[in-house]
Amino acid sequence: MTEKTANSNSPIWVSREYSKCCGCRKCEIACSLSHENKIWPEASRVRVFMLVPGTEFPHLCTQCEDYPCVAICPFKALDINKETSAVTIDSSKCTGCGKCVEACPGKVPHIHPTTKKILICDLCDGDPQCAKVCKEGGWNCLRVVDRGDREFKLFSRPPEETAKALATKLYGEKAEEFL
Amino acid sequence: MLGYNGKLLEVDLSNSSFKDVTVPDEWLKDYIGGRALAAKILSERLLSKWETVDPLGPENLLFFMPGPFTGYFPGGRTCVTGKSPQSNGMVGSTVGGEFGVELRCAGYDGIIVSGKAKKPVYLFIKDSDIELRDAGAIWGKDSKQTEALLNKECRQLLAERYPRVGVWRQPAKLYIGPAGERKVRTAVVVAKWTHAAGYGGYGSVMGSKNLKAVAVKGTGPLPEVADIKKVKEMIDEACEGAYGNVLWRRWGTGGGGYNFGAETSSEPVRNWQEEWHDQKSYGVDQFESKVWVKSAWSDFGCPTNCLKISCIRSGKYKGSITDNPDYELQAFLGPNLGLFTPEENVYLSSLLEDLGLCGIQGGSTLGFAGELYQRGILTKADLDGIELKWGDFEAFAALLRKIASREGIGNILAEGTYRAALEIGKLKGQNLLPYTVTGKGISIGAHGIRSGRDFSREIGYACSVQGGDHTSQTDLPIDGWGSEIWTIFNDSAIICIFTSFNLSPTFRYDFYAAITGEPLKRKDWLNGGGLKTLQIQRAMLLLGGPDLKWNPSVDDDNPERFYEPLPTGPCKGQAADRASVKRKVMQYYEQAGWDQNGIPTQDTLAKLKLNYVNESLSRLRS
Repeated sequence: MTEKTANSNSPIWVSREYSKCCGCRKCEIACSLSHENKIWPEASRVRVFMLVPGTEFPHLCTQCEDYPCVAICPFKALDINKETSAVTIDSSKCTGCGKCVEACPGKVPHIHPTTKKILICDLCDGDPQCAKVCKEGGWNCLRVVDRGDREFKLFSRPPEETAKALATKLYGEKAEEFL
Repeated sequence: MLGYNGKLLEVDLSNSSFKDVTVPDEWLKDYIGGRALAAKILSERLLSKWETVDPLGPENLLFFMPGPFTGYFPGGRTCVTGKSPQSNGMVGSTVGGEFGVELRCAGYDGIIVSGKAKKPVYLFIKDSDIELRDAGAIWGKDSKQTEALLNKECRQLLAERYPRVGVWRQPAKLYIGPAGERKVRTAVVVAKWTHAAGYGGYGSVMGSKNLKAVAVKGTGPLPEVADIKKVKEMIDEACEGAYGNVLWRRWGTGGGGYNFGAETSSEPVRNWQEEWHDQKSYGVDQFESKVWVKSAWSDFGCPTNCLKISCIRSGKYKGSITDNPDYELQAFLGPNLGLFTPEENVYLSSLLEDLGLCGIQGGSTLGFAGELYQRGILTKADLDGIELKWGDFEAFAALLRKIASREGIGNILAEGTYRAALEIGKLKGQNLLPYTVTGKGISIGAHGIRSGRDFSREIGYACSVQGGDHTSQTDLPIDGWGSEIWTIFNDSAIICIFTSFNLSPTFRYDFYAAITGEPLKRKDWLNGGGLKTLQIQRAMLLLGGPDLKWNPSVDDDNPERFYEPLPTGPCKGQAADRASVKRKVMQYYEQAGWDQNGIPTQDTLAKLKLNYVNESLSRLRS
């Protein structure tokens, strides 16, 4: 995997290395500023979960190879951007029914607080703002890489599962008490 | 006004009622938010009967106040305040975390809590849906358990009530541990296990109101600002500045445990009998290598990540988890107790945080008790069998548990160092105040003044309206950068000091203007809201009561210990100079517009249009 460069046109992936997340939520700030021109954590397409203090991690679409969310949408509101690999949303068709949330192995999508349409990472048309701020701060929990042909569906897990794994890694058996 | 939601939530626990409160725009313009705005509201409501208000009674008001910068300025902070059970004045105590951000996203500029619930409750806020919920199941739980139980219950509640949203995240929470429930005066308001609004003792105020926690989920955006483009640029500017501080980001204050001993000689060692040590076992490299399991931990938007996480996974300290510990806890639960090993420091910090006690106040009381034991004033029998020898972490841990549960001698020590000295002094027939290092009932932070090498100043604690609070020291001249008036700005807007080191001199005002659309100049704050807040807090501190009142001619001074020469280290023999301190205190009175007795003059208050403050102070003048 190589760092994404400005000139490459192949699909990208926002690589995530959860242990490096400091919990600052700059990714959410950047995402909501970019999409809403506001700081609006619950309207951010990337959401940092803090189910156990110290085990914060970003939760965002991983672009599963089989795109179960796209497949299940009863209104054909979801599609795939071939260039970036991102899921696209036709908000005129989305009813906020939540079927895509159910289909998502990681329960990643969520409903926008006011438009009531589904929110899924759009990879910022190939220039993800979340990864940019994470890099600026030197954390590099999120970084943009060429997608290649790997199975990234692995990274779509329910937040409780990720939190448990991280808490156990960090705190050992004591983690049992926190979940 | 831009940058605000335009309303506060008021909760009356006595009759479980809620209402929205609107603050006049001119108050917002003068007092901004956080500490200053709380001081204004608190004084308007309670100053006329201040001396009779029991800080631990239902008549006290408890504030949770973010400011217009909260969520925008990197590292969101919230000010917790009310009448302080430590100083009997008002202490603006800020805490990091996500609480203020969630609250602002829920549509509120702050919360005012009055009254007392009949049984333990917690306040649950989801945007404008407000509820008091039974806290029976979490009452008695420690900080880590409370965090877990609240997350579970609140997320379940959100999922049931708002099922179509997707997976809910955790709400932000402020809560108390067992010490707060038992109204221990040194109890804190906790966030995220290890963060605390420490100074002031507001954990005991929550406990006195039967309020275990406040949990909030806000789904809106932060309040609209005047110039989002400018705000965005300035956030980047603040972050750029912070990124340049490489070692500060790497170690935070975790280097202090060694440096403030070895280099600046200003660290409490064995209850401030010394302020120097050169214990290399306590170096930041040792903490980093031995106990830090996470090297960067941040609050909302924070570029600095001064927090680290320590966890001990094996051996006799197993299961201890804390942040860093930061310098204050390193000092107060380390050298202050004759301890110089990271693992023992982590063990005690973790225990103290689980109990919901303040690192500074709690550690100070342990050190005070340690010195009394050393001098034979407190005996093994007094301590229910504990041999409180310097360096014995298990002995200090046992005493800490007694304090949190108000058991035996713990019941007296739970009143904090100053009050405990009066009480034990009475029992022993001795003046024990010379062994207390406090200012106006508040134990002084781990930055002594004797060496002159630290940032603390000769009259920094003596003249502060927040007593021993090392983050709210003051200095001459009153319009200079060391003045408390600037801390009041930081605690009101709110700015995290640890991300502010590289800000340009005009950043604060420009950022304020970009958020609110209102121009602000240095002198506006200095001669306006900043100075007004200083006078209001001074009035509260002097009126005091009901249990203690401060006498400026005695109490606007350093603790006795700071006049004893340092016995060891590179600054051996140095001490504060009584005559110089007295002179500076009198100069400070003059510059602050206070009379010879330290009371704000009628003229000063009239100029600031604080006539109601003057009326209350007339009770002191007559």
